[in-house]
Amino acid sequence: MLEYDFMRNAFLAGGIVAVVSGAVGSFLILRHLTFAGHALSHVGFAGATGSALLGVSPLWGLLAFTLGAAVAMGALGERLRGHDVAVGIVLSLALGLGVLFLYLYTSHATQATTILFGNILGVDRETIWALLGLSIVSLGALAFISRPLLFATLAPELAEAKGVSLRLVSMLFLAIVAVAVSEAAQVVGVLLVFALMVGPAAVALRVTTRVLWGMGLAVLLALAETWVGIALAYATDWPPTFWIVLLSCAAYFLSVAWR
Amino acid sequence: MIPHAIELEQVTLARGGRTVLSNVDIAIRSGEFVGVFGPNGAGKTTLLHAILGLIRPAAGKLRVLGAEPARGNRKAGYLPQQHASVADFRLRGRDFVASALHGERWGLPVLDRGGADEVNRVIAVVEAEALAARPLSELSGGELQRLLLAQALVGRPKLLLLDEPLISLDPHFQQSIVELVRNIQQSDGMTVLFTAHELNPLLGAMDRVLYLGGGRARLGSVDEVVTGDVLSQLYGAPIDVLRVNGRIVVLATHGLFEADAHRHA
Repeated sequence: MLEYDFMRNAFLAGGIVAVVSGAVGSFLILRHLTFAGHALSHVGFAGATGSALLGVSPLWGLLAFTLGAAVAMGALGERLRGHDVAVGIVLSLALGLGVLFLYLYTSHATQATTILFGNILGVDRETIWALLGLSIVSLGALAFISRPLLFATLAPELAEAKGVSLRLVSMLFLAIVAVAVSEAAQVVGVLLVFALMVGPAAVALRVTTRVLWGMGLAVLLALAETWVGIALAYATDWPPTFWIVLLSCAAYFLSVAWR
Repeated sequence: MIPHAIELEQVTLARGGRTVLSNVDIAIRSGEFVGVFGPNGAGKTTLLHAILGLIRPAAGKLRVLGAEPARGNRKAGYLPQQHASVADFRLRGRDFVASALHGERWGLPVLDRGGADEVNRVIAVVEAEALAARPLSELSGGELQRLLLAQALVGRPKLLLLDEPLISLDPHFQQSIVELVRNIQQSDGMTVLFTAHELNPLLGAMDRVLYLGGGRARLGSVDEVVTGDVLSQLYGAPIDVLRVNGRIVVLATHGLFEADAHRHA
């Protein structure tokens, strides 16, 4: 199957995205922010459909909207806690806007499905380079902030007393999440980002008790689920998104049953 | 040698627009173990936050180890009252403690040899070697409290601020935490501020007590401060103090002053 250009592209893009998703996912869970990650991807839908109107690649629209929403969430910080309803309504608005943009841009009927559920087999070289660049930047940023981020996550009050700016760390992390979400949406679509970002990390945090091993395991699992999913899609002709989500779900419930 | 670890001169502290302590003058000697008492909202946590530099005094002069209080003070160890919401994760205790070592620095959370030695040291000091390998989700409240104490001791602080470390612990665990803190304080010559709701578990360990209430503060020995006269004056309500078999019961006119004092009465 690797003789096909589109398959090689799919494995490359899927691999790049899986590494970022696994690494970011662990912190997302430890910080109780999995819903925020989900929310960011929905906001991204409006950006992705909007960019089609402007004639830009959906990736950049996604990125612009998720980054904007991430900065807003970081700035609101603690005040957002307990405002699930407000967040949910803003999400609905974002999805509604996305529908409007789709209506205004009528020439591509498949656009909506691609954005919502991903199209890893349709990724071109240009997108791979963009994904690679974004991954290097976001992983570099994550490595740079990971120490204070871990401290602020595990012991926020002590971290604040020791001079960590909780707000700065939180905003930087949410910006990294926004980039990771935009990347993951290229593989599994905005609706299923959760499966790729949270699934593997959730399994890793159940099976290992060490922070760094957990992150490493999450990356490996995300990689395995993505690559095996793409291979199964090739063998069965069913959508890769389906297989990736199924593997993520199976891994999670196996880990629950094991512990 | 700094004569006083903490000095308050006419200090007023406010939180959320409400004055909690007004014009307080106290001086805590270096190497002293001080128990801090008072009802909820009397300013125990606010005082610790001011010492840590998390809030600024609305008025007056506060000196901590001879300097202005500032966030990021390496010489101050802190055990906060609110605990992170990580206790439900299967994360091992050692990684939890280690996150506090130079956690304020940018970069990857990896320890060098010296860092690993320091983490081992604080875990040994709180006698939590066995807990360090276990996941947080399997630890009891008292066991978690030991790890939090280990975190507070990272970097060998000169000043240890403990905010309600006995809360929701069984009497047996309360006693073991108090003895642990007392031993560490004695061997390292640390100054300790230990806030609590109940006086009795701390009786044998404290050098002096600090009572907060009604915006005022009284610092002194147990015999000087924990009397009906002093507490009645501090709280502006009649209070009786009874001594029974080496234990102290503080009674307000309407029932027990300390919510759980009856356990030891």
